Amino acid sequence: MTAQGWLQLAVFLGLIVAVTPLLGGYMARVFTGERVLLARVLGPVERGFYRLLRVDPAHEHDWKAYARAVLAFSLVSWLGLYAILQLQGHLPFNPAGFGPAPWDVTFNTTSSYVTNTNWQYYGGETTLSNFSQMAGLAVQNFASAAVGIAVVVAVIRGFAARSVATLGNFWVDLTRTLLYVLLPIAFVAALVLVSQGVVQSLAAAHHGIVVGPVASQEAIKLLGTNGGGFYNVNSAMPFENPTAFSNLVEMLLIVCIPAALTATFGRMVGSRRQGWAVFAGMLALFAVAVAIVFVAEGHGSPAQHLAGVAGGNMEGKEVRFGIADSSLFAAITTVTSCGAVNAAMQSLTGFGGALPMASMMTGEVVFGGVGSGLASMLLFVLLAVFLAGLMVGRTPEYLGKKIGVREVKLTMAGTLAVPLLVLATTAVAIATRAGKASLSVHGPQGFSETLYAYTSQANNNGSAFAGYSGFVQPHPPGNAGASGIAFADLLGSGAMLAGRFLPLLAVLAVAGALAGRRVAPAGPGTMRTDTPTFVVLLVGTILLVALLTFVPALLLGPVVQGLAGRTF
Amino acid sequence: MRALRRDLTAALVALVVLTLVLGLGYPLLVTGIAQVAFPGAANGSLVRDGAGRVIGSRLLGQGFGGRARDFQSRPSQTGYSASATAFSNAGPNDAATRAAIAASARAYLRRERPYDPALTRAAIPPDAVQTSASGVDPHISVANARIQTHRVATARGLPLARVERLIAAHTDGRALGLFGEPGVNVLTLNLALDEEGSR
Repeated sequence: MTAQGWLQLAVFLGLIVAVTPLLGGYMARVFTGERVLLARVLGPVERGFYRLLRVDPAHEHDWKAYARAVLAFSLVSWLGLYAILQLQGHLPFNPAGFGPAPWDVTFNTTSSYVTNTNWQYYGGETTLSNFSQMAGLAVQNFASAAVGIAVVVAVIRGFAARSVATLGNFWVDLTRTLLYVLLPIAFVAALVLVSQGVVQSLAAAHHGIVVGPVASQEAIKLLGTNGGGFYNVNSAMPFENPTAFSNLVEMLLIVCIPAALTATFGRMVGSRRQGWAVFAGMLALFAVAVAIVFVAEGHGSPAQHLAGVAGGNMEGKEVRFGIADSSLFAAITTVTSCGAVNAAMQSLTGFGGALPMASMMTGEVVFGGVGSGLASMLLFVLLAVFLAGLMVGRTPEYLGKKIGVREVKLTMAGTLAVPLLVLATTAVAIATRAGKASLSVHGPQGFSETLYAYTSQANNNGSAFAGYSGFVQPHPPGNAGASGIAFADLLGSGAMLAGRFLPLLAVLAVAGALAGRRVAPAGPGTMRTDTPTFVVLLVGTILLVALLTFVPALLLGPVVQGLAGRTF
Repeated sequence: MRALRRDLTAALVALVVLTLVLGLGYPLLVTGIAQVAFPGAANGSLVRDGAGRVIGSRLLGQGFGGRARDFQSRPSQTGYSASATAFSNAGPNDAATRAAIAASARAYLRRERPYDPALTRAAIPPDAVQTSASGVDPHISVANARIQTHRVATARGLPLARVERLIAAHTDGRALGLFGEPGVNVLTLNLALDEEGSR
């Protein structure tokens, strides 16, 4: 808890503030169809892609057609990825000669990557071929991220004052996201990471050192808030994250798009202040989360104090990141839906682990997943507007559009679906013998493990208290002779799929209802949604929903651990 | 129904094209550039001995078997495996974690106190007795290295100041002078000491 540490956190917040309008403005130009610089080079590629897909880029969809395209693409992606992972023994770029993982583990992995979760029961370097990593997982890292961004862009169009009742064309949004946003940034970032020491090679393991096409995957893993590492220990592995500088780059990659989308939103709805208001709410919650983790980790763990060792909690942390950058990374990865880790989450102190859990429990609206974060946040905005409307007895409206009964119902469904999913799956997993087979430890830590696992999967985060297991491997670890824990694998898959698509459909439906709705001019009685007062109301609404839902569960696990100065 | 079929067809074509472009084209292009522009880094920052044999990577920590003449890495859950990484997942309130840290602290004191009699358990830097995240953390904290200096200097018959100079030379600083923490690279430091001794 040094001044140096606090300064790091403050400067990083400043960097987010600086990047947001730049990248956000660029993305607004990309999604409103303006010609960006890259389009001069890649324009023919874009048009060629539409011809291959036989889609008419000028044709716009209503929300149902948009949702249908999203679901079709996700379904085909799921089937394709499952096939690649199960057939990896017959596919190229397999220097270690890995066969397939058990079917239930593969089922979980596939659902995990298609939903942008990247929950990992497997260890990459001991179970997957380079082909599976590159052509299977990394492709979904791009694609699932692009789907998230496409959806939020469609949602923004619904909120924006346009004369049409359509939300855009999914295939166009997908293509432009990949071509003008994700691919160029990932390409540059991959080379920056290699310069720091991240490996990028197709050679076989030698001298007990596993290398692979890591940098190319690392860049999109973070940029797309995916989080699935090439190596089992993710961004803690020096080959994924070798220096304090690479760590800084990785943290910025995670947060840049989710943060910048607020600025994109502001520009596309024609009021930058509205974007900044949403951003301010996010930043406030983020700053509090980081600060609490940092203080808790700096204080050290009961286990270490009882062993007579002073100082901060360095269990499961790397020296080059230290406590400040490990705390910062832990907060970033859970306020967004990234889930990459540079330290062992299970070894965080009680409160140090409670905050990442609580951040996910807000539905990851504090920056959130690429796209899905802002989309969920807009549901909270509607909820806040609705609550304020109830208090003053006026019809709620946002950005000049009246919010009707149907939109409020859909908003409630969208915001409550995932919390219910988290609590239901956790309850089933903690109450059944099959569920407890996944635990690495009993007592409050065992409950925390379980709660974290289903919070992470239902919210499409992917970070883990990694003691919780769905995959039993022999020693040395590999696929041969391994078995899955079908209960955890399938329950988790269900949580990930429902957690991805239920809110997505709800928010698209809301946007569809708002699209084309007449914009009433603001009058003296209009509640302004771009003021500090509204930001406070918004933050309050988020905390209210999350706390009411999750405090009992948090009390049983991490809070007990945080308050108890003893071991169990 | 026809609309759904059209979407599924488009999705299939899209997935195939994306797999070729993003799954093969992009990583192979990055590999090609990386192998030309940063061959050392792209292949794992390998360290070789005088005869050109690979003895490790400057980015991966290894065990030094408790030898008195070498600086010792942080405790590793995996025996410093670079082919199957894993977290310890030691919980903050687990009795087993407490026992593991206490055992590491005892071992640390047993090793260092003969050369640094003033050392107490409360003065041990936490990184020295808690396992790293990766199991192959290449660094130790500067405070940890300073304590070990007494032992290494004595065992190698080198002046303390010379060992301290080498520590400074093998300390990786903060990024931009601000981010992260300084760390002493144990492998390169030990190799430099070997070279110093043979000179």
